[in-house]
Formats: sequence, structure tokens, C-alpha cells
Amino acid sequence: MSFFSLISTILVGVLFFIIYFGLSNFILDFICRFKKNSIALENSVRAIIFIFPAFLVLFIFILYPVFETVRLSFYDKFGREFLGWNNYLWAINDPNFRRSILNNLGWLLIVPTLSTFFGLVIANLTDRIWWGTIAKSIIFMPMAISFVGAGVIWKFIYDYRGTDDHQIGLLNAIVVSLGMEPQAWLTISIWNNLFLMAIMIWIQTGLALVIFSAALRGIPNETLEAARIDGASEFRIFWSIIIPFLERTILVIWTIITILVLRVFDIIYAMTNGEWQTEVLANLMYDWMFRGGGDSGRGSVLACCIMIGVIPILFWNLYRHRQEQKYEN
Amino acid sequence: MKIKINFSSILSQLLLLFFVILWITPTFGLFISSFRDKDQLAISGWWTSLVTTEVNEIHRTKGKKDQVEDEGFYIIKGNLFKKDEGKKVLSYGVTSKNINAYKVGEVAILKDKSEITVFENGNYQLKSKSEFKKKKGRRIFITATSPPSFTLDNYKEVLFKEGLGQAFLNTIAVALPATLIPLIICSFFSYSLTWMNFFGRDLLLATIIASLVVPLQMSLIPILTIYNDLGALFNVEAKSFPGVWMAHTGFGLASTTFLLWNFMKSLPNEMLEAAKVDGASHYDTFVRIVIPLSIPAFASIFILQFLWVWNDLLVGLVFLDKHPSEIILTAKLKELLGSRGENWEILTTGAFISMTVPLFIFFSLQRFFIRGLVAGSVKG
Repeated sequence: MSFFSLISTILVGVLFFIIYFGLSNFILDFICRFKKNSIALENSVRAIIFIFPAFLVLFIFILYPVFETVRLSFYDKFGREFLGWNNYLWAINDPNFRRSILNNLGWLLIVPTLSTFFGLVIANLTDRIWWGTIAKSIIFMPMAISFVGAGVIWKFIYDYRGTDDHQIGLLNAIVVSLGMEPQAWLTISIWNNLFLMAIMIWIQTGLALVIFSAALRGIPNETLEAARIDGASEFRIFWSIIIPFLERTILVIWTIITILVLRVFDIIYAMTNGEWQTEVLANLMYDWMFRGGGDSGRGSVLACCIMIGVIPILFWNLYRHRQEQKYEN
Repeated sequence: MKIKINFSSILSQLLLLFFVILWITPTFGLFISSFRDKDQLAISGWWTSLVTTEVNEIHRTKGKKDQVEDEGFYIIKGNLFKKDEGKKVLSYGVTSKNINAYKVGEVAILKDKSEITVFENGNYQLKSKSEFKKKKGRRIFITATSPPSFTLDNYKEVLFKEGLGQAFLNTIAVALPATLIPLIICSFFSYSLTWMNFFGRDLLLATIIASLVVPLQMSLIPILTIYNDLGALFNVEAKSFPGVWMAHTGFGLASTTFLLWNFMKSLPNEMLEAAKVDGASHYDTFVRIVIPLSIPAFASIFILQFLWVWNDLLVGLVFLDKHPSEIILTAKLKELLGSRGENWEILTTGAFISMTVPLFIFFSLQRFFIRGLVAGSVKG
């Protein structure tokens, strides 16, 4: 693609929508100039103009697919023949599926917990140190990097060479300098999952950190001062004032990272592609979407399993939204 | 003056320093490695490249073609190093069994009675009474000190030979529209959710909140089917840039709308009421008042969505071809991980190129990035 066609492709895509809004509103204004006393009609037509594109996209790309995926999970690989619960039964008996469920549970337990924990600790440290802002930037930086890029970074760290060669992977170089045997880390079953999780924790700690930092500023200084005057230790302040104050924020960060972890795909796909017992639901689903021409039934079952994981969070969010609306009115 | 040493402060500084080093080292290693010579990269850790190190190398002298006759001797002269890298020879050898046999400047006598001398700067001189007959030169093993040296060769190789330059342009062609389109349609959408009264508004809002957490895996199969059917119906490619733009628009719609709605409802009500009294239509109010006021929110959302699209792998894999004219950076990088898994000079450089734009945005617009994340999480 040449530079010129790049620019024109981008312009065409963006201008299409600008012209839609500009033109339709212009026509409406034009018509309304001749028809006075039609404000109610004008307003409802304008509401339709404003909402239509977004609603259409929402319907085509989210609402319809959710129901279609649930429907497809009961059909065969081409989506033609009704199979009842057969796809689900297949999944339960599939060793790869069971491994994915176990791994996903491991990811769900470990990654949000450690990311939130590190984020909270580092946010507290940076709060009181003059070079805290720089430290925050550095720890936050992995958030800007793609999962694949992070995959390359960490694969380089986990790199393994034979015992006689110089280790160029940092982890093995450290292990060797401590006098131990180098390991091919990503192929050690079960443990390798932890090495993959480390990447996600490395990325998501930054997210937790910036959100906690913003929330920490909300703690009234008087409360902290009062506690210090009363002779409370820093640890005590952290435990008895800061943690209870941040309870809600902790929960929110936990849910955000949980959602991210449930659909983790890129890291596994780039690093191991599910080999050596590292399979997760999202990668298994991608596999079934294309394996042997694609199996929409089995792929949909796996998508539904990921969906089941987020449903509690979905309802919790709706509940909180309702509470907020009530409070505002 | 009393100097107070605060142990708890020193302890927390040390702890923070530990975290910072732990977090920066992986990226730093990648960054350094992408500038290293590919032969060096394959045999030594990146941390050794920062200081002068000792390396063992094998070189070959020139062959019989280059010999000159001088006062009864046949002489071959040359330099072992291809280019001036600032290396210094410490010792050398002529057999693989004893690579440190001679100090630099010493004369080594070979089996065929010819003499060789290697100097510190890599110059060598082969001298013999009889003519050299071998086409290939002799192998020489050297131990040399190598100062830190960096090169841009990897970047040239990766951008132009491996096709990452093209992938970079493709990613721009995906990411810019896939960020601007949702921004345009969602700003109108959030305006109507905030300031217009219509039937089903609350339900629509609840749907947006629910859609926020729906994993995009739920949409992949049905949308792929739609695209394939559309492609077959109109006889066009099912995988295309507009297809990816719309997919990204769909997946980013809920969060973009939610963030904008959150921002717009905090705008002062009086201002909009005043505009209404003056007879401004909703479109005028939106363009003249709401858009200028929302620029900071637009900036945050633009950055969030742009980074999300730029870093995305799954959507690009599913809805774009792997053909060079369509493949995006992350997909290309994954392809290289598979095909060039041991060529770290290509992988590290490729990864760093894919990170340039996000890192630039991150360091220049960090404020907006953080603001967007915080707004999206604390309120959401």
C-alpha cells in the first residue's frame, strides 16, 4: 500500500460517517424551515438520526451475535443440524477443554490477586517518594505494549540454550550464575502457566497502580494525620484506614482484570499456542474456529463458557448502575 | 542541625527501586538487543553488551590470490576484522585445541614452516619462503576485547526485507479509522443518551452497560459468517479493511459510549438549556457547545481505543488476510515468532518497532491515557 492510498483509505472511511451526520442533519434543517410548528417531529427524527448508526452497529456486532452464538452452540459444525447438548457433552469429555478450565481458574485466582496486590503496594510507595511519578510511569508502561510484544519480551527472558552454551535468556543466566541447571521454562508442565501469568501480571499491575493512585488522593489528609499523631504505625494505617477506604476500588480493579483474564488469548497464542498443558478457553476457541475448516458448534460452546464467567460481573455492574441512577435522581 | 535518618523511608525507597528495576529490565533488554549485532546477539546475553567484554572469534586470512613477493618471501597482509569495531586482539591461536597459544605480536610458526603474526588492531602478516598454494586462507582463533557496539542493521533488515514496514502501514490503516469511526458515531449516540428524551432510553443505557463486559469471543463466529456471506453475495473479499474497522467499532462501541456518556452528563445543564431557549437545534448544540467542551474526553477515549486497536491481535487475525498487503503488526510479529523463533535480532527489533507508536503516545499523552483509564474504571 502506497502512502497516498493509505491516506485515501483512511479518509474515505472516516468521511463517510461525517458526511452521514452532516448531510442528514442539513436535510432535516432544510425541511423544517418550510414546516413550522413541528418541533416534536423534528426532535424525534433527529434522535433517530443520532442513534441509528450506533444502534445498528451495537445490534449487528454485539446483540445479535450473543444470541446467535448461544444458538450455534446447540448445532453441528456448519450450524445446520440440531444436536441438543451434544457439543457441551463433547466439551466435558475433551481433555483439552478440562485442562483449559483448570488453567483459566488458575489464571483467575492468581493474576487479579497479584496485580491488585502489587498495584496497591506500589501505589502506596510512590505516594510518599519524590521520584514516585517516574517510578509510576515505568511500572505503568507495559500497559501501552501489545500482548504479542510483551510475549516477545518475555520469551527472550525465558530463552533456553543447552548446558554448554552461553545463556542469552536473563532467567537462565541468573539460574546458571547461581550454580543451577538451565531450564526450558515454557515446557515445564503446570509451572509454565505461572511463567505465562507473570507476563499478564507485569502488564496489569500498571492499571491497578494508576487507579489506586487516583483513589489514594481521595483519602482525607486529616484522617491520616490523626492516625499518625495517635502513634499508629504505617502498616497499621495501611491496614486499618487505606484498605477499608479503597474497598470499592479494589473490587472494581479486581473485576476489570478478571474480565481481561477470562478472554486472555494473545499471550498463550504467541508463546506456546496451548502446548505443554497451557491451553486456555480463548485459545482453544480460536483453534476450533479454524481447525479443519472450522467448527462453529464447538467454537460457540467455548465462547459461551467464557460468557458464563462474566455473567456475575455483568449483573453486578447493572445493579450498581441502577443504584447510581436512583441516587442521582 | 540534627540529621534525621528515616529508616522506613529508605526502606520504602529501596523497595520501590526493586519494583522499578524488575519492571523495566525486560523492556530494556529488548531495546538494547534490537541494536546489537546479530552474531553477537546469538552467543552472548544483552547485559554483556553494555561493557567491554572478551570474545572468542574465528577468522580466516586471505588466500593465495592476495600474496605478494617481496625479497624472496611470499607475504599475505590483511586485517581480520571486517569493519572498524574498536576490537583489540589479546591473544590468538592457529588450532582449535589451543586458541590462546600466542600473545599478540608474537610470531607463530605453522606446520608448513610459514610464519604468522597478529597485531592488536587485527592486522596480520603471513610470511613464507615458498609460494602459498591454498585458495582458502588459514583459520585464526582470536581472543579479543570488544567495546559496546550498536548498529541499525537489524532495523533495515526487518523494515524492508521482512515486510514489517508494510505491516506498520497496514496497522495505521486499520487503527486510525477504527478509532475515529466509533468516536464519531458514539459522540452522537452519547449526546442523545444524555440530552434527548426518547422511548427506551434507560433500556438502551442498560444494554450498553451489559455490553461492556461481553467478551468479543461471543461475536467472532456470527460476524465471520456474516462477512463470508456478504463476500459471496456481492462477490468481494470477505476480509477487508472496512470489515475490520466496523468490527473494532462494534467491540469498542460500548466502552466509548459509556465513557462519553459519563463525561457528557457532568456538563453544566444550564448551558444547554440556554442554547435551547435561543432556538438552537440539537445538532447545533452538539456541534457548537458539546464538542468543544468534550475535547479532553475525546483525547482520552481516542488514546484508549487507538492503543487497543493497535495492540489487538485476535480481531486482526480473524477479519484480515495474512497476505502482506493486509497483515497487521501484531499478526506479523506472531508469524515471525513461529518462523524465525531463533532469530532474536529479528524478533526483538520487530517487537520494538511494533511498540514505537504506543510508547510515543504513552510518553507524550500519558495524562490523557491515565485520565481515561481512571474515568472508565472508578465510575464503571
